[in-house]
Amino acid sequence: MATTTEEPPPPETKLESYKQADRIALNHSFQDYRANSLWRLMLRRIFHQRSAIVGMVILGTLILIAIFAPLIAPYDPEQVLIGVEPVKKRQAPCIHLLGCPADQPQHWMGIDGNVRDQFSRVIYGTRVSLFIGFTTIGFAILVGTVLGAVAGYAGGWVDNVIMRLMDVLMAFPSLLLAIAIVNVLGRGLQNALLAIAIVNIPIYARVVRASVLSLKEQNFVEASRALGAGPLWLLFARILPNALSPLIVQGTLGIAGAILEAAALSFLGLGAQPPTPEWGSMLGSERNQVFTAPHLVFYPGLAIMITVLAFNLLGDGLRDALDPRLSFHKSEQTI
Amino acid sequence: MFQYIVRRLLLAIPVLFGILLVTFVLARLIPGDPCKAILGEKATREVCERFIHEHGLDKPIYVQFGIYMRDVLKGDFGDSIRYSRPVSVILIERLPMTIELGLIAIFLAVVVGIPLGIISAVYSNSLADIITMVIANIGVSMPVYWLGLMLAYVFALLLKDTPFWLPPSGRLSAGLAAVPFYEVYNLVSDPESLKFHIYEFISNMYILNSLITFDWRILWDAIQHLILPAVALCTIPMSIIARMTRSSMLEVLGLDYIRTARAKGLPKPKVVFKHAFRNALLPVFTIIGLELGTIFAGAVLTETIFGLAGVGRMLYEAITARDYPIVQAFTLVIAIGYVGMNLLVDLSYVLIDPRIKLD
Repeated sequence: MATTTEEPPPPETKLESYKQADRIALNHSFQDYRANSLWRLMLRRIFHQRSAIVGMVILGTLILIAIFAPLIAPYDPEQVLIGVEPVKKRQAPCIHLLGCPADQPQHWMGIDGNVRDQFSRVIYGTRVSLFIGFTTIGFAILVGTVLGAVAGYAGGWVDNVIMRLMDVLMAFPSLLLAIAIVNVLGRGLQNALLAIAIVNIPIYARVVRASVLSLKEQNFVEASRALGAGPLWLLFARILPNALSPLIVQGTLGIAGAILEAAALSFLGLGAQPPTPEWGSMLGSERNQVFTAPHLVFYPGLAIMITVLAFNLLGDGLRDALDPRLSFHKSEQTI
Repeated sequence: MFQYIVRRLLLAIPVLFGILLVTFVLARLIPGDPCKAILGEKATREVCERFIHEHGLDKPIYVQFGIYMRDVLKGDFGDSIRYSRPVSVILIERLPMTIELGLIAIFLAVVVGIPLGIISAVYSNSLADIITMVIANIGVSMPVYWLGLMLAYVFALLLKDTPFWLPPSGRLSAGLAAVPFYEVYNLVSDPESLKFHIYEFISNMYILNSLITFDWRILWDAIQHLILPAVALCTIPMSIIARMTRSSMLEVLGLDYIRTARAKGLPKPKVVFKHAFRNALLPVFTIIGLELGTIFAGAVLTETIFGLAGVGRMLYEAITARDYPIVQAFTLVIAIGYVGMNLLVDLSYVLIDPRIKLD
C-alpha cells in the first residue's frame, strides 16, 4: 500500500486522474502478485467516473429496495383496503409529517383505483422492473453472443445469413417490433419479455461479432491455436473473455432500454397484466385519471425514470472507464 | 458520388425484402385460423373456404409470400376487420397527422439538441455543461407517455386561465374545422382519382393545409394542439442528439487543425462553427436518422395519450381490437418509412462530407 507521504497530488484533469489511477494500480500489482491487475485497473477506473458512482449508488439502493420490499412496504401490494381502513378510491397521499391528520392512516403515495396502497405497489414494482431488465438483456446477450461469435468466427455465408437477419431486425423501431411480436405471441409479461429480448439480440450479436473479428487474428489466439486448441476453446476461453468490456457497457445501457420498453408495452396493456404491481401497467390503468388523481401517474413514472437513469449513468460511466480512447479526447480540451 | 448513391440504394433492397418477409412471417405465426382471425369468430365454413381460396391460403407458403409481395407493391393491404374498409384508405387518413407530429418533434429535437451539445462541448466541464448533461441524462431516461401526461397535467390543468394554457387532447378546438385546400381552390372533382388521394393526404396535415389556405386561426389552433405532444415526443431524441453533438464536437475540438486555426488568430465562433461543427456533424446526422425510430415508436404512445388520430394511436387501437391487417400494414409502413428516412440521411452525407464523393 502507498503510504501517505507517497500520495500524489489531486488530479487536475481526467487524463491526469487516469494516469494516477494507473500508477496506483501498477504500484499495487508490483507489491501483490496475486492481484488480478486488469480487473483491478478496470475497477479503479470505474470508481473515478462520477456518473458510474452515482449510477451504482442508485442501483444499489434499488436492489436493496427490491430485496427488502416486504419489510419496506407497509401493505401487501395486492391487498384491497376496502373494509380494512377508512380510505377512498384514488385518495390523495396522506403523509403525517406534512400535516395529514394523525387519525387517518398514512399512505405516502395515496390509494389507487382499486383501493390499494400505491406506495407498496411502487416498492414491489422495483422487483418486477429489475427482473425484467436483467432477464431480457441476459437472454439477449446469451443468444446474441452465440450468433455473433458464430458469425464472426465462421465468416463466409454463415456470417452473411446471420448478419443480414440481424440487419432486418434492426430495421424496425424496437418498440414497434416488440409490439408486433407480442401481437403474435399474445399479451402477458412473459411474452413481452421474450419480445424485448428478441428485439435486443442484434445489438449484442453485432458487438460480439466485431470483437471476434478483431481478436481472432491476434497473436495470442494464433499461439493458442498453434498449441492445438480447438475452435470452441479458442472462442470461449481466448476470444470471448477479451470481448467482455463492450458487452458489459452495451448490456448496462441495454437494461435501461429494456425497462423502458417493457414499461411501454405494459402501459399499452400488452405486458404485465393486473394485478401485477408493474410500473408501466400501473401508469397505464390510471392514465385517464391524470387530472383527478395525478399521484397515481406521477410516482410510477418517477420510479421508472430513476431506475432507467441509474442504468444509463452506470453504462455511460462504464463506457468512459473501459474505453480510455474516448475519455482522453474529452480531457484534452484546448479550446 | 453517383456510385455511392446507387450502392446505398441497392443495399436497401435486401433490407426491404427482409422487412416484408418478417411482417409476412409474423402474420402467419398468429395462432389460430387465419380466416377466423381476419373475418371474425362468426364466419361460416363456406365463407371461410371462399376466403382461403381468394387469398391463396391453400397454396404453398412461398406462393403465399409472392402474393403478399404483389399485394403490398400494389398498395393493397387488405381490409380492416373493425372498420371493413381498405387499410390503405385508413393509412391516407392517419399518416399525415403522424408525419406532421414527427417532423415537428424532430425539428425541435435538432434545434434545441445541437446548440445544447455545442455549448456543452465548447464550455466542457463548466456549470453549463454539467447542467446540460444532467438534463440530457434525465431526458433519455424518461418514459414518453409519463412526460406527456405530466405536461398535460401542468399545462392544461394547473395553468388553466393563464396565457400558458395548452389543450391536452385533439388536433383542433371544438367548433373549428380545417377546410381542405382543394375545396377552397376548387381543384379536384373526381374523388376516386389518385390526384384526389394525394391532395387529401396533404390537406390532412392541418398546419400545411392552413398555410396553403392562409387560415391563420386554424394554423395557430393546430400548432397549440401539437406543442405538448411534440415536446413529449422530442425529449429523448433531443437528449441523445445533445449528447452525440457534445462528444462529437469534443473529439473534433481536440484535433490539431483546430489548434492551428485558433493559433493563426481566427475568432472562436468562426473556429467552432465553420471548422469544428461541420466536421462534427456526420455522427450527429446518423443519430438523427436513427432517432426517427424513437419518434415513430414514441408516436404510438404520444398519440394514445393526447387523443391524436394518427398512425400510432390507430396501431394501438388495432392491437387492442386484434385488427391484424392494420397491425401488419402499419408495422410494415412504419418500418419502410424508417429505412427510407435513414437512406435519405445516408444519401445526404454527400452534401455534408465532400470526402464521400471520392469514394
